[in-house]
Amino acid sequence: MDNKKLKSDTTNKINYYGHGIPYFRNIEIKGKLIVIEGPDSSGRSTQISLLNSHLEANGHAVLNTGLKRSELISEGILDAKEHHLLRRRTMSLFYAADFADQLENKIIPALKAGYIILADRYIYTLMARDAVRRINQRWSHNLYGFAMKPGLVFYLDVEPRELLRRVFEKNMTLDYYESGEDLGLSDDLLESFLLYQQKIKQQFIRMQKSYGIIPIDGNRSIESINIDLQKKIDQFLSKDK
Amino acid sequence: MTIQQTQQKIKENRFGITGKLIVVEGIDGSGKSTQIRLLEKWLRYRNIRVFLTEWNSSEAIKDVTARGKKKEKLTPTTFSLLHATDFADRYERNIFPLLRAGYIVLADRYIYTAYARDMVRGCSPLWVRKVYGYALKPDLVFYFRVPVDVAAERILSGRPKLKYYEAGMDLDISNDIYESYRIFQSRIIEQYEKMVKNENFVVIDGTYDIEQQQKLVREKFDEIVMKNKSDNNGQQKIEE
Repeated sequence: MDNKKLKSDTTNKINYYGHGIPYFRNIEIKGKLIVIEGPDSSGRSTQISLLNSHLEANGHAVLNTGLKRSELISEGILDAKEHHLLRRRTMSLFYAADFADQLENKIIPALKAGYIILADRYIYTLMARDAVRRINQRWSHNLYGFAMKPGLVFYLDVEPRELLRRVFEKNMTLDYYESGEDLGLSDDLLESFLLYQQKIKQQFIRMQKSYGIIPIDGNRSIESINIDLQKKIDQFLSKDK
Repeated sequence: MTIQQTQQKIKENRFGITGKLIVVEGIDGSGKSTQIRLLEKWLRYRNIRVFLTEWNSSEAIKDVTARGKKKEKLTPTTFSLLHATDFADRYERNIFPLLRAGYIVLADRYIYTAYARDMVRGCSPLWVRKVYGYALKPDLVFYFRVPVDVAAERILSGRPKLKYYEAGMDLDISNDIYESYRIFQSRIIEQYEKMVKNENFVVIDGTYDIEQQQKLVREKFDEIVMKNKSDNNGQQKIEE
């Protein structure tokens, strides 16, 4: 028992996707970062709350993060979206700043303290959105070169038609940005939604290999998806001990 | 022509850039803002279509940056990215379309400010350069060279209190804000000086009289911009 505990306290250096954060070079972390990606209504938050309980029941300290949740910047993004029409690169950098704030002020400190972090989306959604808006992929990849590589990344893969059904069931209406309305894909919002979600999905397929994203069939029931995720996460955590 | 210059030309032709981009750089108190405003007045007087854009001035972003600065909660990376967001907004909204429409765009600080500051703050220099990699290179960059003492005196005579980030207090160089300011600004000067040659800065001695400096600025402007402008006259059309 003591032996096991000692081992699990082993610290690691942070791995980055690119140039990293030079002034964090020597920081050591004990916790794990696990990311759940997927479009709206793919079941991310349901899965995260189930995983959260499961991990806590197993005695882990768990922290949740997500996009657009930084103290400093998230309000500014909402405000800017409301009052100004932001162009694609401005939007991209604004989200990057929001992400950086959370990474430095929330994610990394919690990892240092040994938390398991469940991230409700990460840089991949942001890069997929950029790519669909025809922002150079190498530029986005470099932009997120300061991001740390998570231990696990899941992508809840749901057919756009199924997403559509779930969105209507929940909200009765389609969201402007989630339908990619700014792209002018179609005059018909419903068609625009399907085209946009298909494009985002293609970007996740493209990124799968190079970023080590694990696709999870999200068309199934909540329970079967959860069993799948739990098994993979438990394996990952025990492997490290 | 270097590869960079060739790439720049291709980019310009592709987007039908008929305008010219003029930049002033230098530390706070170097006199660059005074000079670019005089240049702007002169161009307006000559009926040239001109647009002036300032660092950190985008309506959509500046509240966020201001709040972060006030709370002293910005890290080097968020500081860098918020300024990059501000720049992108001005670039996408004004700078780039106006250059395509044939304007003379005057920029009070440009990507070189980010290169210098973010580097001194400890961001990866290569990363910063790539973040701004989409921005067109200016036709002319004036760098106002002044000793740090001269700049500090000008800043302090008008405004006795230094601000946290302009003094580089986030870097923990010194507890004394004046001492920190001097060291921080000196490091920025070092970065500028390294760029003078590679980035083709036209160096103006910022200790000269305002009139003397403006004369040099105008001469250089006519030499570089007006000459090329007449070369291109009517030959380039805006194309999508």
